[in-house]
Amino acid sequence: MAYAAFFVVAAMAVVSALGLVLRRNAIHGALFLIVNLGSIAVLYQTLGAEFLAWAQVIVYAGAIMVLFVFAIMVLIPGKEETGPDPRRPWRLLALPAGALLFVQLIFVVGRDRGGGGADVSPAGGGVEAIAGLLFTRYLFPFELTSVLLLAAMVGVLLLARRRV
Amino acid sequence: MTDLVMPPVLLGPLLPTLLVLGAGALVLLLDLSPRPQGKEVLGAVALAGIVGALLATLARWGKSGRAFHDMVVLDNFALFVNVVICYAAALSLLLSVDYVRRSRAESGEYYALVLFTTAGMMLLAAAGDLVVLFLALELMSLSLYVLAGLFTQALASSEASMKYFILGAFASSFMLYGIALTYGATGTTNLDRIAAAVAGRSHDPLFVIGMGLLLVGFGFKTSSVPFHMWVPDVYQGAPTCVTALIATGSKAAAFGALIRVLTVALRGAQPDWTALLWIVAVLTMTVGNVAAIAQSNLKRMLAYSSIAHAGYMLVGLVAGGMSGGGSVLFYLLTYTFTTAGAFGVVTLCERARAEAVEVGDYAGLAERHPVLAAALALFLLSLIGVPPLAGFVGKFYVFGAAVRAGYLWLTVVAVLNSALAAYYYLRVVVYMYMRQPEGAPVTYAPSLAGALALVVALVGIVALGVVPAPFVDLAQAAVAPLVR
Repeated sequence: MAYAAFFVVAAMAVVSALGLVLRRNAIHGALFLIVNLGSIAVLYQTLGAEFLAWAQVIVYAGAIMVLFVFAIMVLIPGKEETGPDPRRPWRLLALPAGALLFVQLIFVVGRDRGGGGADVSPAGGGVEAIAGLLFTRYLFPFELTSVLLLAAMVGVLLLARRRV
Repeated sequence: MTDLVMPPVLLGPLLPTLLVLGAGALVLLLDLSPRPQGKEVLGAVALAGIVGALLATLARWGKSGRAFHDMVVLDNFALFVNVVICYAAALSLLLSVDYVRRSRAESGEYYALVLFTTAGMMLLAAAGDLVVLFLALELMSLSLYVLAGLFTQALASSEASMKYFILGAFASSFMLYGIALTYGATGTTNLDRIAAAVAGRSHDPLFVIGMGLLLVGFGFKTSSVPFHMWVPDVYQGAPTCVTALIATGSKAAAFGALIRVLTVALRGAQPDWTALLWIVAVLTMTVGNVAAIAQSNLKRMLAYSSIAHAGYMLVGLVAGGMSGGGSVLFYLLTYTFTTAGAFGVVTLCERARAEAVEVGDYAGLAERHPVLAAALALFLLSLIGVPPLAGFVGKFYVFGAAVRAGYLWLTVVAVLNSALAAYYYLRVVVYMYMRQPEGAPVTYAPSLAGALALVVALVGIVALGVVPAPFVDLAQAAVAPLVR
């Protein structure tokens, strides 16, 4: 059963990634990206990395996607976003699809409580385990990331300031 | 709740990098001063940071150090590559001081980003773990993407930045996927432990695919064929001082990391990657040289030439062992001085108030500015590999290592390529010395710092060409602990 769940979720991840790349409409791409990030979060969860799974949902599927959609709507709204939707009846499909995902999630979470799940790392995937790794073994990469973010920030300032 | 034991924080092996990063932070702070003038001060601070790092690197020679659970390995190999990178960054900074002011693109962020990218390069060469390797690569690349687009008013510069960014991000994701699969196959990202984990089972499909993807990422950063498509557009569109840094520093860092990954983590699979690199080396040399013949833009021609030189260095990698690896390190040193010098002359030449980038622009340069023309001629001769300049010695050791390792045909292809390359380098010399300019003549854009950079590069190529032995010995000693 765990395998079946994996293949369903993995197929969703691949299909949504393809949709993100192949769709011309930016908003559709963004929606596919949400599905993709959600599927990846489910995969994290099945591997026992609870903290990563929820960070993925909250940070990526939540916060960052809001920024994406916001930027698309403000900067490049196409006709399809602003005009009436010609495929209104399709919305009915959203309900069963959402329900399916929800059932899967419940199923996976339920299984994980039982201590199962595929290939759980012995250290566990909770906040404590991740924090422990970040501040011991991976302390240096963790600090290096801050330099990387600083460089990215300075770079954006340099590129953006001259445009005005 | 288990107690966390923080790892001992040994900053010694990080000192050169920290000096560069510290100078970067200082530049950002000084840039906040309300006086609008005086950006040269920032350039001086940046240069001081690089020189400090160079001295710290030289002072650590022979003192191998590991820090943070072997995440950073500052052995002689990393130190040697760091020296190359420091020279590349210092030359690029000297060339840029007047160049960016003339182009009205001077800003504190520029110098800060040059320092950040330099720090990334230095860490890339010293990375003992794939996680650090990836982060250092991103630090280097992200800063370079922005620097390539420094001239936001110029379409070519923005195009270069965009192309570099998109293709670079693509290559990075290949690399990241490779790292993930390697971790899946071995359970570790540490290079030494990867080697131990795959000992005897180096044909594990997951591991092979992972390492293949990793090599794709390296192929992009070292501008090897077939991952070279970005090179001409980026080298041509980017500000010339940034092009010099991309061509020298980032290539040295990428080759440093590549050598370390190949000889440490992939020691067991050497016959496989040797066969693969053999093909890539032939393709890279040939495509680079053949395409360079057709170029009329000097920067674009040097871009293809830089692809070809990556091919020569791959020949040294194929040869392998202490002499092969050492010859690549030495080649990086000679190539850095030569290429930085050639791009440096371009930053100093103007025609009709614009940068002189067409080969035709250089007609008659020898009459009007004999010193500049002689300098460019020397750099081009060194790129061809004419004795007694550094380029000759570099090629000599690389090809010699390949012959000794039994790769006779590869060496024949490489030598034929070098002969082919002489055509397009000499064409520029012919224009400078034997043609009369049509229209406005090329003029010299005076720059004391730029002239100083050219002098340093010239001294470099002559010194390395005349007394190469001590430097080659150092390069081989630096590689020795890796290849064992």
